[in-house]
Formats: sequence, C-alpha cells, structure tokens
Amino acid sequence: MIEVKNMTKFFGIKKAVDDISFNVAKGEILGFLGPNGAGKSTTMRMITGFIPPSGGTAIIGGSDILQHPIAAREKIGYLPENAPVYPDMTVFEYLDFCAQIRGFSGTKRTAKIEETLEKCFLNEVTYQTVNTLSKGFKQRVCFAQSILHDPEYLILDEPTDGLDPNQKHEVRMMIKAMSARKAIILSTHILEEMDAVCTRAIIIADGVVVADDTPDALRAQSSVHGAVSLTLAATDPQELLPRLQALEGVQSASVIGQDNQHLTLRIYPEQKDVLIAAKVMDVLQDSAYKIESLFVEQGKLDEVFRTITGGG
Amino acid sequence: MNQMSRNISAIFKRELSGYFGSPVAYVFIVIFLLLTGFFTFYIGHFFELGQADLRPFFQWHPWIFLFLIPAVAMRLWAEERRLGTIELILTLPVRMSEVIAGKFLAAWVFIGIALLLTFPLVITVAYLGDPDLGAIFCGYIGSFLMAGAFLSVGLMTSALTRSQVISFIVAVAVCLFFVLAGYAPVNAVISGWAPVWFVNLIAELSFLTHFISIERGVLDFRDVLYYISVIIFMLFANGVILNNRKAS
Repeated sequence: MIEVKNMTKFFGIKKAVDDISFNVAKGEILGFLGPNGAGKSTTMRMITGFIPPSGGTAIIGGSDILQHPIAAREKIGYLPENAPVYPDMTVFEYLDFCAQIRGFSGTKRTAKIEETLEKCFLNEVTYQTVNTLSKGFKQRVCFAQSILHDPEYLILDEPTDGLDPNQKHEVRMMIKAMSARKAIILSTHILEEMDAVCTRAIIIADGVVVADDTPDALRAQSSVHGAVSLTLAATDPQELLPRLQALEGVQSASVIGQDNQHLTLRIYPEQKDVLIAAKVMDVLQDSAYKIESLFVEQGKLDEVFRTITGGG
Repeated sequence: MNQMSRNISAIFKRELSGYFGSPVAYVFIVIFLLLTGFFTFYIGHFFELGQADLRPFFQWHPWIFLFLIPAVAMRLWAEERRLGTIELILTLPVRMSEVIAGKFLAAWVFIGIALLLTFPLVITVAYLGDPDLGAIFCGYIGSFLMAGAFLSVGLMTSALTRSQVISFIVAVAVCLFFVLAGYAPVNAVISGWAPVWFVNLIAELSFLTHFISIERGVLDFRDVLYYISVIIFMLFANGVILNNRKAS
C-alpha cells in the first residue's frame, strides 16, 4: 500500500501542494488528475523521494520515503514526466544499467532485460541508441525501466503523453494487465484515459484534493447524468414538450438542437438515479413519433472536471 | 558495502562509457596531448634546458587543467538536469553519495587515461638521458591528485545549473582562485598590505603551492592530504547543493 500522509510542498512562499493525503492499495489504478500546474508532478516527485516534502511523508509498502529512502525506492517503479532516458546509450545498455542498480546479476539480469524488452515491444530496437528512437519508443524505454524489477508500486507521470492513439492503447493495456498485483498511481490530464484505465480518480486543483472517487461516481456528478437525450425526425416541439414535462419523475425537458430534418431534446429527471427512459418511450410510441436515437446520458467527465477544478 | 560498490561500479561504468561514446573524450585527449606537448617543448624549452627530468612538462599542468578539466566535468550534472535524467537516477535505490562517487571516479579515471597517454615523454627523457624515474612517477601522482581536485570543483559547479556553459565558467573561476592563490606574482601583491600569516594562509590554499614540491619529486604526505581533503570537501558540497536544488 502507498500511504500519502499530509504532504505539503512550498516553493518559496508559493504552496504548490497543500496537505494531500490518500492511500492506494494493491489492485488499484489511481488516476491523478488536475489542470497543468495543479501539483500532480510535484506530489509524485515527493512520493518517489526526488524532492523532499515541506511537511508530511509517504509510506511505500511500510517503508517511509524520508526515513528509509533506499528500501522505499526499491519497491517503486517510476516513470518521470517526459520520460527522460540517456540519449547516448543503447536500449540494452540502459536497461542493463538499471538492472545492475536494481541488484540483478549474471544470467538473471539478461533474462530480466529480455523479458522486459518483450513486454514493452522493444525487441526491434534493442541495440539502437536512444537518441535515434521516436518519441513513442523513448516513452516505452523509460516505461520498461520502471517495470524492469517488477515493482509492487508503480508511479507513472503522464505515461501516454506524446504517443499516438495506437501506442496509447498499448500502454494502457500494459498498465491494466499489470494492475492485479500492483498499486499504480498514474497522472494524466486526459479524461478518457482516466476513464479507460483507472479504478479510482483523485482530482487536485491548486495543490488540494478536490475529488476522490471512482470514474463512474465522478461522472454521476455531471448535471446531465441520467438525462435522456432524444433525436426525432423533424417535429414541432411545442406540442411534445409539455407532454414530456408532465411525466412523473421528469424535472424539465428542453430543445438542445433543431434543424429542418431533426429535433434534439434533452429530458432531465428529478432524481438522477431514477430512470425515466421507459416513460419517455411510452409517450413517443403513443403518438408515433419517428425516433432516430434515444439514450441515457452517463454524464460528461470534462464537465465535472471543469466544475470541480473551477475552470468554469 | 557490497550494494554500495555495486551501485558505484554501475554508475562508474555508465559514465566512463558515456565519455568514450561521445566525441568529447577524443577531443579532450587530443587537445590535452597537443597542449602538453606545446608547453613542454616550446614554452618550457625542454630540449634547451638539457636536463633529464620532466619539470618543463609538469609545471604547466595546473594551467592546462584550469581550462580542460572544467570542460570534462561540466556535463556531469548539468546534462542530467537538462535531460531530466537526474530525476531517474536520484529515484533509483542508490544513495546520492554513490552517484557522486561513481561520476567523480569515472571522470577521474578518464583524465588518468589522458595523463597516461603522455608516456612517450617519459620514454623520450629515458632515451636521451638518465632521469630520476621516481621523481617522474611522483610527478604523475601529484598531477593526477591535482586533476582530482580540479575535477571535484568542476563536478560541484556542474550541480549548480542545467547550463554546461555556466558550469564551465564558474568552475574555471573557482579553479583560477585555487591556482592564483599560490602564484608568486599574486602573493607579492597581497604581501604588500597583508600580514605574513595571511599571505601564507592564502598560498597554502593553492593547488599550485602543493603541486610545486610534488613536481620536484617530493611526495609529501601533507600535500597528498591537502588534495584528498579538497576533493572530499568539494564532493560533500556537491551533495549539499544537489539536495537543496534537485528539481530546479
């Protein structure tokens, strides 16, 4: 378990991280979200022991990062922001260097390196120097470094930053595949990524935790969560709207789009978890409207994100 | 202990192969050899002196090191900072002292290699005359120790900044102080107004003062101790600087 306890960081008089506390258990993938400059990277740097916190500490699997930094770091795999790698080394040399420091020797070291190369799809570039590699490969080399010793705790700072959609997908699959036996913290500002990978999300803004929940629960905070969006072939809304608004459990209904061919409506329930889709369907069928699409909104994460982080 | 030597050796190997993997190493070695040759034969008048020793060779080392060693040292931390790899290396399960020691030793051995490549001079004197080989050996040891002191200053200033240029200039300035403090014309100026003990104190701080006797073939324990203490002090300062400004 990673326990972050009351971590605070001042840069000069500016408080970059303000009393953040949370725990991450094995099996969890914690998404660490926030606008740029919210303190994500600073927090991760403190957890990995790169910069000392001004207050508080992190305990990595029982080892305090301040009191027993070496023991704590042995259990961590860390992918820093921008995935830095020594440009003048080959991929193999670099992983060999990391494996040495991680305490592997002899045939075990070679086996570990080969296994990691395989896992991260780096076989074809094993003997290429890092500065000849594309951004996606560099990212994967750095990622390979972080999982080389099969750490119990993985801390990934924007692991898919700068990758193309296919590579993003690959990295996410790798992270998911490893998650059962590890506690993983990954920072991102991509909401779909959090949604696709994470089992839990913490949103920070101005150095403070403003939300800590599952992606679904966060989405439920959206104002459109549970609302029914409905597209009909061109219809006069004046007649339909009052009938929908009169339905039991419906709070309001409004037109959100209209042109010559289509009419798009959204119907909001009184309570978010009470389903109103069936009742809406009944009304529509009675009057034989031509339904083009009808679905229940799950909620929009970006809207929730903006509301929570005060980006209006 | 085992873990410590393992870590130092891993970092040492990486840094040393880093030198030889880039043109820096070859440029440095070639320029070092050319400069020592030039100073020894043209400025030092090696042949005209007609003496079978290498003093015209060793006496220029402080001045050559003054510019060349900061150039070797400048990348050691500044480059890590610029690339962001400092964040990787300092979050691996290694102590900062191990990283500093590994880097220092790699650069020191590299300079040692360059120094060893001046061996044709030794052969030349041995061929032309009957030199005191003990004194020459002593000179090499002294030169290597002094190189270590220059290097420790350069490593320390490299930790200050992400810019290799700034690191180089600051290192040259600090090293220049350590050289000039024992340079006779500078001491003459200071002795014009300062008490003798102060002049001596300043002179004792100098790389030059401690190199002169070694260069003559006298390997005094105090001189060796001086260089070792400068190295340890600078490496320690390096650790303090890094601890305080890792992320900047």
